[in-house]
Amino acid sequence: MPEAVKTQTLAPGPILSVEHLEGWYGEGQVLHGVTFDVEPGQVVTLLGRNGAGKTTTLRALMGILGKRRGSIRFDGVQTIALPSRRIARLGLGYVPEERGIFASLSTFENLMLPPRVKPGGLDVEQIYTLFPNLRERAGSPGTKLSGGEQQMLAIGRILRTGARTILLDEPTEGLAPVIVQQIGRTIAQLKQDGYTIVLVEQNFRFAQTVADKHVVIEQGRAVDTIANADFEASLGKITTYLGV
Amino acid sequence: MTAIYGVPLQALFGQLLLGLINGSFYAVLSLGLAIIFGLLNNINFAHGAQYMMGAFAAWMLLNYAGLGFWWALILAPLLVGLFGIVLERVLISRLYRLDHLYGFLLTFGLALILQGIFQSKYGVSGLAYAIPGELAGGQRLPFMFLPNYRVFVIVASLAVCLSVWLAIEKTMLGAYLRAATENPALVAAFGVNVPLLLTLTYGGGVALAAFAGVLAAPIYSVNPNMGADIIIVVFAVVVIGGMGSILGSVVTGYALGLVEGLTKVFYPEGSATVIYVIMALVLLIKPAGLFGRTN
Repeated sequence: MPEAVKTQTLAPGPILSVEHLEGWYGEGQVLHGVTFDVEPGQVVTLLGRNGAGKTTTLRALMGILGKRRGSIRFDGVQTIALPSRRIARLGLGYVPEERGIFASLSTFENLMLPPRVKPGGLDVEQIYTLFPNLRERAGSPGTKLSGGEQQMLAIGRILRTGARTILLDEPTEGLAPVIVQQIGRTIAQLKQDGYTIVLVEQNFRFAQTVADKHVVIEQGRAVDTIANADFEASLGKITTYLGV
Repeated sequence: MTAIYGVPLQALFGQLLLGLINGSFYAVLSLGLAIIFGLLNNINFAHGAQYMMGAFAAWMLLNYAGLGFWWALILAPLLVGLFGIVLERVLISRLYRLDHLYGFLLTFGLALILQGIFQSKYGVSGLAYAIPGELAGGQRLPFMFLPNYRVFVIVASLAVCLSVWLAIEKTMLGAYLRAATENPALVAAFGVNVPLLLTLTYGGGVALAAFAGVLAAPIYSVNPNMGADIIIVVFAVVVIGGMGSILGSVVTGYALGLVEGLTKVFYPEGSATVIYVIMALVLLIKPAGLFGRTN
């Protein structure tokens, strides 16, 4: 067990435990029972086709989805009925689909927006060291940044908050290969530093390079779990799940 | 006497000053409306009544508590703003999940009730409120007489608009407000108490209306209907400026006040309708308003 993992929490068992999670958009049910665990310090990906319910699962974990049922235990707290802001305050960070950079805020304001929820978050200098582009673009409107810079901003601002468990929704979507590699190195570095990460990813080859295990989501259900060690052996199964 | 197109300069400057005064009230009122609409998505039809309450608060502070204009300028916005906060918590916040129309109807009803309460207690003839002693008198310029209090109203409204704009554009609290206007769900997912932000914003917008009411008290008489008279024009200003645009509402407020003043000089018959004609034209050419963003 790596050193950093031990320091994260003294309680044994998963940091995040999802059981029979159901979720609705308005009247339409989109999650029909998602169950999976995430151990402290793990990187877990949610794999699945477009519209399978991966993003919705993250939104349910974050409390953004209006109606949800089942059980979500995060760091020992049942969060299924908590409002979004209380869930965030427990130390769960969120990097949303399409990055969620605010157009009416400068890069610096975007970086400073999420309040600190736990001690030990990175300071602005550390974030600039990790993503030097953000320093140069501090005064620019957030949405004037390139896609890669926006992604770095979306990750950087969460690292400031002190959240040690991060939900990352398609961080590589639409980015150039060299940027994808940089995001991959960042995730590997975060894992080494003891962060726990739940990653939604379409690019399963990218997922393979960073994850400990993969949860397959199909039509709103978690249908399979594949350890990363078994990834190559399960390749046939995975391509069938993803329809590629 | 000098004249332009047969209009005496004195009349022209007189109307321009009046236009600027009216524009000052349009700007402060539409600023409050724009902030409330931007964040709460609520068309605050009670804004006129809250402006009227500001003027009445000034009158009451003077007549019941012996507190003069300068105290009223601080206390009336606080008191009426507090009233707005209670209103938001108890009634308005229950309608956020529903269509805009419900919030509009609720605040319209509230405006009528508030107006009715003040009418039954104070009548409709209006109460006098004296210009503060420090600002009595005026300057005799070569072409016109410039009352000190009117200059103060223009300067005070400009200062308030500028401070509010700076607070929204340049401070971290303003950044929360801008971010929550764009994407409240994401701001909440960062751990920010968005409902509290909405409450305080509504209180702030209402306080701005009350501030305008205090400024208006010595110029117009303190009258239960004063809000109903001005609010329709202010809504036209907000539509022309672009719903929810902070800068747009301020600039449009002053500009339309001036346009109205000029119309009174050159074509008096049109002065009551010119703003609505401009509104119709703007809606035809740029439906999102002069400064509005189309989504």
